[in-house]
Amino acid sequence: MKPPPFAYHAPTQLDEALALLERYGDDAKVLAGGQSLMPLLNFRLSYPSALIDINRVAELSYLRQENDQVRIGALTRQRTIEFSELVRRQLPLLSEATTLVGHLPIRTRGTIGGSLAHADPAAEYPAVALVLDAELVLQRPGGQRSVSAEEFFVSYLTTVLAPNEIVTEIRFSPAPPTSGCAFEEVARRHGDFALVGVAGVIDAEGEQCRTARLAAAGVGPTPIRLRTAEDILVQEGVTEQSIQRAAAKAAELVEPDSDIHASADFRRHLTEVLTRRAIQRALERGRERRA
Amino acid sequence: MSEPNEHSQARPVTLRVNGTEHRGQVEPRKLLVDFLREDLGLTGSHVGCEHGICGACTILINGEAARSCLMLAVQADGAELMTVEGLAPQSGGPPALPGKTGQLHPLQTAFWEHHGLQCGFCTPGMLMTAYDLLQTNAAPSEAEIRAGLSAVLCRCTGYQGIVEAVQAAAETLRAGEEDQ
Repeated sequence: MKPPPFAYHAPTQLDEALALLERYGDDAKVLAGGQSLMPLLNFRLSYPSALIDINRVAELSYLRQENDQVRIGALTRQRTIEFSELVRRQLPLLSEATTLVGHLPIRTRGTIGGSLAHADPAAEYPAVALVLDAELVLQRPGGQRSVSAEEFFVSYLTTVLAPNEIVTEIRFSPAPPTSGCAFEEVARRHGDFALVGVAGVIDAEGEQCRTARLAAAGVGPTPIRLRTAEDILVQEGVTEQSIQRAAAKAAELVEPDSDIHASADFRRHLTEVLTRRAIQRALERGRERRA
Repeated sequence: MSEPNEHSQARPVTLRVNGTEHRGQVEPRKLLVDFLREDLGLTGSHVGCEHGICGACTILINGEAARSCLMLAVQADGAELMTVEGLAPQSGGPPALPGKTGQLHPLQTAFWEHHGLQCGFCTPGMLMTAYDLLQTNAAPSEAEIRAGLSAVLCRCTGYQGIVEAVQAAAETLRAGEEDQ
């Protein structure tokens, strides 16, 4: 099918885009990379009265280091993130996860802000933002606020974004240089949304675990931070037994649904397996980085 | 909220396709692939699934592979596009295949020689995706080729011939680079 008619606006300034959002409110959709919205329009699952295409708002596309943070403009393409040396060095988890987002031709257009604002709980970026304690800058006409990834995701495809707000920037604090990270997922086909994904960032030396951060995708209405599993690693140290216990705990913390792709039980099982693998690989990477 | 004719009002679009400038008037909701096929007569890019899964409509937008079914034609205003029609060199050099007069790109020759197509529906997408893969990774492993080509679905070949074709084209292109 083809998209339904809509009023089309392609502002070149953020202020202009925000004024249009204010004018249309809930009737408008912001078009970023379009890799989720365009299919919805083509299939007429979405009927916005207006499209506000922000692809020409150049001020939203950048990648820079500032005050110990890596700040990424919301319109930055996934492809740019994938090939960025700065991201590879400072945010290796984001680098790795990006190669799992769709396929290269999808990442050419897809943006980081669009992926987060779309808030598909099975997507990679929401889980990465959650596990790295990212902050999102939300701009509205005449003001802005900053929310943590943990506050940002509310439910399936639902965030705290108000109808007159746009995600403009994502701020990441790089994990300590002594830490290691890993993104593990199982998908039916290469490039599909994952059945389950687990992101881990662990700072450990020997058995002593200074910090552990874990999050799972595809197993609930939002990405889920696996805090009690993290606590097991920090309190007991990293041993074969504690990794097992943390992985088993992770499977208890998630709330997967059954659908045509996988049963809830299978997703729970995958959560345990992938959490274990993510922890083990993050520890390995940490050892390699410290060596 | 919006004025009644705001929706269907055609907008001017100027873009370059395979080195040639084109101008048109398009309704904002017209997909880029439909503009290429219906307005410009470039029917090499195929419309398959219309939701970014099958990859048959893949073209290069400012040098990078992307789905032309997930972009509006108005979004391509000012862009430089390359479609499968622009892959073969326009003139010069000996014929790529015995008994044929036309030129083929090394990828096209390799698809021919390694049976990289049967019905041909996915072929434009395969070629443009492989083109982008080889410009980001000149010497991909078989696994990397398979991962790269997973962006396009083929229902005929079982992929083996396509993977071999891309391996062969990568070698030809690398050898060509060394000659220069």
